[in-house]
Amino acid sequence: MSAARTLRALPTLLRIGVAETVAYRAEFLVWILTTTLPLVMLGLWTSVASEAPFRGYTSAAFVAYYLSNLIVRNLTGSWVAWQISEEIRLGAMSMRLLRPLHPYVAFAASHLAAIPFRSVVVLPIAIVLLVSSGASALTTEPLQLGLLVPSRALAWIITCNRLFMIGAVAFFGTKTMALMNLYFALFSLLSGYLLPIPLLPRAIGWFAEWLPFRFMLSAPIELMTRPLDGAQVAAIMLGQIGWAAATLALALVVWNRGIKKFEAVGG
Amino acid sequence: MMRYLRLALVQLRISAAAGMAYRGDFLLEGLMALAWMAMTLLPLFVLYQGRESVAGWDAPSAMIVIGYFMAVRAVLEGVVSPSFVDLVERIRSGAFDYVLLKPVDAQAIVSASRFEPWKIFDLLGALVLVVYAFVKKGHAPEIQHVGLGLVLFVAGVLAMYSLWILCAAASFWVVRLDNLTYLLGAIFDVARWPVHVFRGLWRFVFTFVIPVAVMTTFPAMALLGRLDAQTALGTIGGALGLLLVSRLVWRFAIRNYTSASS
Repeated sequence: MSAARTLRALPTLLRIGVAETVAYRAEFLVWILTTTLPLVMLGLWTSVASEAPFRGYTSAAFVAYYLSNLIVRNLTGSWVAWQISEEIRLGAMSMRLLRPLHPYVAFAASHLAAIPFRSVVVLPIAIVLLVSSGASALTTEPLQLGLLVPSRALAWIITCNRLFMIGAVAFFGTKTMALMNLYFALFSLLSGYLLPIPLLPRAIGWFAEWLPFRFMLSAPIELMTRPLDGAQVAAIMLGQIGWAAATLALALVVWNRGIKKFEAVGG
Repeated sequence: MMRYLRLALVQLRISAAAGMAYRGDFLLEGLMALAWMAMTLLPLFVLYQGRESVAGWDAPSAMIVIGYFMAVRAVLEGVVSPSFVDLVERIRSGAFDYVLLKPVDAQAIVSASRFEPWKIFDLLGALVLVVYAFVKKGHAPEIQHVGLGLVLFVAGVLAMYSLWILCAAASFWVVRLDNLTYLLGAIFDVARWPVHVFRGLWRFVFTFVIPVAVMTTFPAMALLGRLDAQTALGTIGGALGLLLVSRLVWRFAIRNYTSASS
């Protein structure tokens, strides 16, 4: 499983990923359409804030926040956990384990290949954001703008790691679906997906500041929509890098332990 | 009619037995129900900390809408989605042929083929929430309003069921559509808010195109005694109309079913 061999396999893996995405495009589109929650919250909060700003958030700030939310969510979305638990259930995992390549790389490559397709979906949202009232609430700081892409990439990596780990938990039991639901509930709450983190009740907000969820979604949105000083920007980026490393380590540990329990059902 | 009732009871018994086989889930599902309830209530909590009332809805009234939302969602996740997943799998594998061969209406079998018995917790949670909201309001609802509220709850469930049957019919043409349930769920999520907090186009869409208002806002208004007769009749009529349309589309789809098994 040398690094050189993995690197050589990467272009092929990416090509397969693109082919998969194209083959299941209808399904893919439906998946993307299910991320309606930010739009609903957008409709709600803009009509609330149209009378008077809500705790410092104007209507334009909400537009900027939730459209950025939609963009980041669409670019970082991943279904690795579902894929892994399906493959374990159906026995297709055995095939994957035979390949001389770590499954993490294979899954990550296949999801990376979906990014261009996702970008096509995100583009109209971005255009709407730039011409809407939300544009006035976007940042113009060159530093923050420059960090948008790395920050989103890190958010994507953390998301991928978390879901890879949850998928690997499927080796230990059959109740992965329940775990994923619980995970999604926590994610919605603590990542800023449902509400901007500053609007959360204080006790929950404190947890949200430090747990990895914020760095999976809220971090790039904050860079896009809030005036931040140098220390805050550094805290966001370091937090993302730290959590990316920590979640990767955790995911690989869970995977390595789980793989010993693998019984190759149907394989 | 009796035969269909017996059939539904048998299928419920099988599902309940399957549910009992995983007793450990009991705790997990209970916890999940609580977690989801907290999640559902949190934005409401945040919103009403900053505002006394939004679009004519105060906190307890909006809580009643959420109560209806949780109740309809319990039916959705307890009966409708599991059966839908079952149907999609049958169409894909070709086992749907056997359903068609059975001497009862296929829609009846398909609609109640699987239950999630634990979702009864969500239903109870919804009831507790509505009672709590009326305690907060400081007065009990009048009996005729409770009656109308219940009738409209049934209408709301029927409207949702009809949308689901339409999706099910679509899966005859596009086989791999299991994630349509997620889409349905995501759209239904709007129903947790009174439709009046949305403006312009949004409100129009949520009232007439995807009638989530019919499922929660109008029944809640009926329970609060705020719904005029015209809207009440419109809601019931709309739900029945949707049911009829979905039945016709289903029959049309069945005629175009090309089996995957042979």
